[in-house]
Amino acid sequence: MEITGAQAVMKSLEALGVDVVFGYPGGAILPAYDPMIEAGFQHVLVRHEQGAIHMAEGYAHATGRVGVCIVTSGPAATNLVTGLTDAMMDSVPVLAITGQVASTAIGSDAFQEADVTGITMPITKHNELVESVERIPEAIKEAFYVARTGRPGPVLVDIPKDILNATLTWNWDDRVELAGYRPTVRGHSKMVREALELIATATKPVIYAGGGLVRAGADDELFEFATRLELPVVTTLMARGVFPDTHELAVGMPGMHGHYAAVRAFQETDLLVTLGARFDDRVTGQLATFAPHAKIIHVDVDPAEIGKNRPVDVPIVGDVKVVLEQLNEVLGAKAAAGELERFKPDAAAWREHLAQLRREHPLRVEQPHEGVVKPQTAIQAIYEQWGDEAVYVAGVGQHQMWASQHIPYTRGRQWINSGGLGTMGFAVPAAIGAKVGVGPDVPVVAIDGDGCFQMTFQEIAAAVQHDIPVVFCVINNGFLGMVRQWQHLFYDDRLSQVALPQDLPDLLKLADAYGIPGFRVQTIDELETTLAKAASITDQPVLVEFRVDPDEMVFPMVPAGASNDELIESAEEWHARVAAAEQA
Amino acid sequence: MRTTHTLSVLVENKPGVLTRIAGMFARRAYNIHSLAVGPTDDEAVSRLTLVVGAEAVQLEQIVKQLNKLVHVLKIVELDPDESVEREMQLVKVLADPATRSQIIEIAEVFRAKIVDVDHDSLTIEAAGNPGKLAAMLELLAPYGIREMVRSGTIALSRGSKSISDGSRARMQRVV
Repeated sequence: MEITGAQAVMKSLEALGVDVVFGYPGGAILPAYDPMIEAGFQHVLVRHEQGAIHMAEGYAHATGRVGVCIVTSGPAATNLVTGLTDAMMDSVPVLAITGQVASTAIGSDAFQEADVTGITMPITKHNELVESVERIPEAIKEAFYVARTGRPGPVLVDIPKDILNATLTWNWDDRVELAGYRPTVRGHSKMVREALELIATATKPVIYAGGGLVRAGADDELFEFATRLELPVVTTLMARGVFPDTHELAVGMPGMHGHYAAVRAFQETDLLVTLGARFDDRVTGQLATFAPHAKIIHVDVDPAEIGKNRPVDVPIVGDVKVVLEQLNEVLGAKAAAGELERFKPDAAAWREHLAQLRREHPLRVEQPHEGVVKPQTAIQAIYEQWGDEAVYVAGVGQHQMWASQHIPYTRGRQWINSGGLGTMGFAVPAAIGAKVGVGPDVPVVAIDGDGCFQMTFQEIAAAVQHDIPVVFCVINNGFLGMVRQWQHLFYDDRLSQVALPQDLPDLLKLADAYGIPGFRVQTIDELETTLAKAASITDQPVLVEFRVDPDEMVFPMVPAGASNDELIESAEEWHARVAAAEQA
Repeated sequence: MRTTHTLSVLVENKPGVLTRIAGMFARRAYNIHSLAVGPTDDEAVSRLTLVVGAEAVQLEQIVKQLNKLVHVLKIVELDPDESVEREMQLVKVLADPATRSQIIEIAEVFRAKIVDVDHDSLTIEAAGNPGKLAAMLELLAPYGIREMVRSGTIALSRGSKSISDGSRARMQRVV
């Protein structure tokens, strides 16, 4: 059957089981938008191409499937750059299809021409400029395969307009052959046994659970492994929920704004069982003093992560879900033979120690009984309203840290945020994409800051137009809160360009302009009732603004570049430390 | 500890593959001393020889990061004692009737060839390891070097083994 390249793009996406694409039409991609009218998937029309890629990311975060976006050449493709980088940093499977000027015009500085494969080379897992129409099905299939397998990531396919218009004989094969791409899935069985032997000898073991577990969908395997050996579990920002915070073995989040017990667990442990995590600087703080007593087991599907930042005692390259299955299989056999006890570390005292740290060092919020709402209280109330069934999506900054600290997550993909790149403006479009992914029965709640929100709120129009009922919560403190916090702590409170007037814009009028219900919480007494009203609306997007105390800061905190041993639990503690240093 | 390593890299002969590799080195602040690329007996495959400056830990990272590039098929580090390494050098040196025979003599000592002769210059082609080429250049320098060019290192392992042993593509399910 002879079809056009553009039709081949549609048929390829259909063959891959794509049910939604996020996109924006324009010159070079016009041929693809014609057969899209009949295509067997939904198209969500965004308002800015950055919205398209963040929606594709949100969809991928929430479902584990590949998120797809389609945009035109030049400025549209360059508008994907932030999202592609974000997806690269957080290993999010995304397929971006971009139009390109006609192949005959490439290199001539044609209208809306940009070297998109050149620009995106370092920020994609792979990319390709399609050079013939016959190549289209192969290119899209390979891109999809590379995006979702191994360490997931963004892949971009750039297709010139004349190639979209050319014709080919349609031919589809479900298989791919990539000589240079063969991710290791199964862990080396000798290393698996060595890992178990090392765990058996530890007295202060802790699981360092990273985002790779979420990507692998390894919640159940992790739960079986951790509970069988009674290993405490620390979940990173990217892994929140993959082990339930409500379980007694859960220690919390590590890193710069981690829970006290989790940060101490890493500093005191004698064995880090690292699963799909990458020793990011926001976790390790000063690398030289991170987990100074620990031996390291490191499981990762990306061999380049193993040994990159921290030397490893037992390296295991493989899909973390499969490696956990292997570990569980060995443990299951040992249990059946009555030998499980030999593999359980003697760590009762350690678990009790961590439990004590959790009791003695809870998160501190001093919420007055009347008047101003503390941002942490607002976030706790959001959780109480929408509960465990909801998916929570954050932007970047203070609100993100509070949302990661104060909500007890119980499953992977329940918490979605931009971790590696720290992309402000992520929440609104990512929440829309996530909602499309999880469907009508699961509430999706964006918890955004007023700074972040103003970077991408234009996508509310997409949510309205396509009936995507997301709850947009804006924690409005009238400042770029995290920057202000750093200026307060590290620049002698010399505030520079961080004020965003709380009523600019008026968010209730904004909600009104988009035709959606808007609510504002200003005092603690109206918090519950207002949220209940907002939550009663489930058939359209809702905006809830919280006018919160602007002076609140995120603690605990490890100052950038400092050792995790320097963890500060309050502003008073920081100021006392500064004063002491000045005296000395 | 050795800080210079020679890597032989087989890559798919696809547009931009050299940019991907060079870009990866630049982005991760790795150090390339020399790079040579050319076709192989398989027209779909090119072979790069990279000489990199790196300690052991960084070398491991370089190899792993190279392996992540989809178009990279195989990477082998060549042990200098177990491989043959060559560079090529062309040198245009000033030569008058008084000096010409001396220069030709130097070239002969280094088994180099005279590939161009003019009234007041000679162009010499030499191949060898970097030490030999540097020594020849030093002896020629007093006569006046007009210009010169040197290729990156190319290298092969000694013995009958081949870099492409055991690398065969496999079909994978896409969905």
